[in-house]
This record gives sequence, C-alpha cells and structure tokens, in this order.
Amino acid sequence: MARYSAFSIFRNALSGQKDWQRAWRAAEPKPSYDVVIIGGGGHGLATAFYLAENHGIRNVAVLEKGYIGGGNVGRNTTVIRSNYLLDGNTQFYEFSMKLWEGMSRALNFNVMFSQRGQLVTAHSADQLDGFSHRANIMRLNGIDADILDRDEVRRLVPYLDFSDTARFPIHGAIFQGRAGTARHDAVAWGYARAADGHGVDIIQNCEVTGFVRDGDRIVGVETTKGRIGAGKVGLAVAGHTSVLGAKAGLELPIESHVLQAFVTEPLKPLVDHVVAYGADHFYVSQSDKGGLVFGGNLDGYNSYAQRGNLGVVREVAEAAIALMPCISRIRLLRHWGGVMDMTPDASPIICPTPIEGLYLNGGWCYGGFKATPASGWCFAHTIATGKPHPLVAAYGLDRFRTGRALDEAGAGPSAWLQ
Amino acid sequence: MLRIECPCCGLRDQDEFRYGGDASVTRPGHDDPDPEAWYRYVYVRANPAGLHREFWQHVIGCRQWLMVERDTRNHAIASVAFARKAPAKKSFTQTSLAQKSLTKKSPVRKSTA
Repeated sequence: MARYSAFSIFRNALSGQKDWQRAWRAAEPKPSYDVVIIGGGGHGLATAFYLAENHGIRNVAVLEKGYIGGGNVGRNTTVIRSNYLLDGNTQFYEFSMKLWEGMSRALNFNVMFSQRGQLVTAHSADQLDGFSHRANIMRLNGIDADILDRDEVRRLVPYLDFSDTARFPIHGAIFQGRAGTARHDAVAWGYARAADGHGVDIIQNCEVTGFVRDGDRIVGVETTKGRIGAGKVGLAVAGHTSVLGAKAGLELPIESHVLQAFVTEPLKPLVDHVVAYGADHFYVSQSDKGGLVFGGNLDGYNSYAQRGNLGVVREVAEAAIALMPCISRIRLLRHWGGVMDMTPDASPIICPTPIEGLYLNGGWCYGGFKATPASGWCFAHTIATGKPHPLVAAYGLDRFRTGRALDEAGAGPSAWLQ
Repeated sequence: MLRIECPCCGLRDQDEFRYGGDASVTRPGHDDPDPEAWYRYVYVRANPAGLHREFWQHVIGCRQWLMVERDTRNHAIASVAFARKAPAKKSFTQTSLAQKSLTKKSPVRKSTA
C-alpha cells in the first residue's frame, strides 16, 4: 500500500494523476477465514483493521451486502463527542474520542476530524444544574467540559434566538471543546484501505443469507457468493441486527427505527460549532461545502425503510426555527433516512453471544458514528480473546435480564421513545 | 405520511395517532413470578423486516387503541382493528365498586351494567 503524503500528491501531479493505486483490492472470497466480519460499515471495517493491527489476525474477510460506506456510516450527521453521564458510557466514548484524535495519522488517511466544539443549550436553571452534574462527571473522568452562562453562549453563537420572544429562552449551555465532526465517508474508506493494507479481504455486494453450523457452533456463513468458512463470525450490521440475528437463532432486545438527517443549500460560514437544542431534539453543524447538516428525532415507529416521514421534517424544521430564526428562509437540499438498531436503554451491545463462534456488535441507536474507532477496537479484542474488552463490559446482551440497563436518557424500555 | 384507517373515525393522518409498539408480545399474568417471562415481555422483540403487528392509539380522535398490521419495509398497512379483544368484564365495573362503598351494611347488589 503506497503511503499518502504531500510528496505523493506532488509526484502524481507530475504524472497526470494516472498512477494512483486502488485504495483497496476488489477481493473475491477465499473458502475460509479465521474471522469473518458481516457488515462493511465503519464498525465492521474498524474491527477488521484492529484485528490485524492489534491482534495480528490478518486472515479476515469483511462481507458487505452493498458497497462500503453505503449504510449508516454514510448517513449520519458526523457528530463526535464524549459527553456521557453513566459509568461505562463515559469512559468508552472518551476512549473513542482519543482514537479519533489520532485517526488520520494511524490510518494514513485524512478523515478531516474537526474539533470545533459542541454545545447543548440549557433553557432553565434546573436544566443547567443537570448539565453541571454531567460536566462534573466528565471532568472527574478527565474529559473537557465547560458550563457557559447566557452571555457566554451569546458571545459564542450570537445567531441563536436571544430575543425576548424566544419560545424557550437560552439560560446557558454545556460545552465540550474537543467535540466536533469528521468526514464520514473518509472514515469508512480510511479503515477499508488500512485493513486492506494488512491483508484483510473486503468483499462488496456479498450478502449473508444464513449461517453454517457444526453442532451448536457457527463455523461459516452462506452468502450470495457461496459458502465461506469462518473460525469466528462477528456481526456488525446495525440497523439489521435482528434480521441476521434471527437467522442465527439469537433473540434480541432491539427494534429497528428510522432516523432522518437533512442538509440545506450552501451558506457562507455561520455555524462554527456543533449546536444542539436543549429544549427539543435538534442538532446542527455546517459542512465544509457550507450546507447546514442537521437532524432530530426518530420517526417513532418500527421501520426498515431507509427513508423518512414528512411529519418529522416539519417537527425538525419547527425546532430549527425556534432555536435559529435566521435560517427560516433557507431551502432544504436533501433529506434521507438511516435504519437504527434501537435498544431499550439506548446503549450499544458488544459481546460474545450464547452461540459459540458468533460475536455481536450492534444496538448503536443514533450514536454509532462517534463510537466507530472504539467499537472496532473493543470488538476486535472481544473476538480475538473471546472475552469482552473491559471498556465494553457494561455492553453485554444479558444486562437487560439482570437489571443493569444503561439508560443514559432515563427514558424507559420503549425503544422508540429513547 | 402514514394514514391509518381508524375503524371508528375513518382514514386519518398518522399525526393523530400515538405509537404503542409491538402488539405480538403477551403480558405475563400479574402474579407470574418468572423473571424470564417478564424479561421477554419487556425487552425481547422479533423486530421483523416485513409484516409487524403493532399498537396505535387514536389520541386526537376516538382515543381507541388499535391493532395495525404494517409492513416495516414500505409502511403498507394490511389491516386495522380495535385492540380490545373482548368486552370488559361486567363484574368489575365502576358502578359496582361505587355501590359497594356506598352500601356497606346492605348486601352488595350484583351489577346490572
């Protein structure tokens, strides 16, 4: 794998840009692998990369039913933050943040990680108290967090509604300066290229249709490109975990729901940070092309359709205008939907399963993108050693049965209300 | 936008309804001591990519709970029916309770509701 560098850009410019190699091989499946990862999204590709990089397991295939980066890794709003409250989440997402900070260098691929800072507005003294509680927990875990009063918020983001007629007046905010965004496709491509460089086969247009068993153990997968043997199988197909889980005989506490995202026509620089609205569900950042990228709530009923409902478009627009009246005349360019694995506590699942040879990574709800590197790191560890990585010890499948749900929002067990 | 054919009010926008989740799970008996049965009722979901039986309540309408069969891949609705399977039991109406408390010394009359 040729390294990307300023020098390589210069050299290829002299030869008319004709000598670039493919970023990864178009591999065809071998009869068997030590590990087969189902799902060529960010998490699956990161898992394959860390299996090779951290554990020396290079006889690995990543099977993707569509194309790399065509699922949720290419459909999210690219927000990266580590402002979690509960033990288990706090440390995991901060570990992820640290991996993000070194990712472009580690992968030799510019993922355009931009630590522009994220703030969540507070709209009452009580809400700000809650944010202070969160900020204190973050600081105790060595994570940067600041509490801003109304004037400080106004200096930072003057375009929000600070008028006397604001529907929910801004009282303050919680701010994490190291939070930000990244180029989501580049994350998929970077991990794919780096994994391929370690000898991992990335097999696109290869849908898994079933599992091969030897007694109770899973020893391979049936695919649209034939049977592929596997020492271990890792499932990283968030959105469709239940569909493949059912084929393996797993009973899961997961519902699939659609979350929409939106982008407006390009503007001159306006939103310098990631801004989240504390009085409703709305979050926004501005892409390098100038479009405002934002999202809101789930559509609210089980769905495998990768498209959303107009009712939610209206709700999100209402929240947007309540927070930022200045964008009321901006036209929406596109909106799209991604299918989320929603768990009853909105926390993910990374663990060995009751089925020998099968490992599960799923249940990412609406927070999977920021977790990509840590998820891959910890899932690779879990597959390689057969035991959960300490950072994902709280993400076991049995936590619901044993009453150890990690309900960050305190929203109760109805997945669509999380 | 989904539109649901309410058996009471007719075809209405989804905005008028509240989602109530998977209708295929059955609640264990109130005195069921088996935690596994409760775990399955509260958490485990089939989550099919296809026909899904689910509850909706017509909150801005007749307020009835409905059972809807909908395809989760394209939202096509196959059937809508009232969620209540049988009429409420007659022996435990509010009338009989009220009469019970009012007429402590006299024998409780059987409900005529």
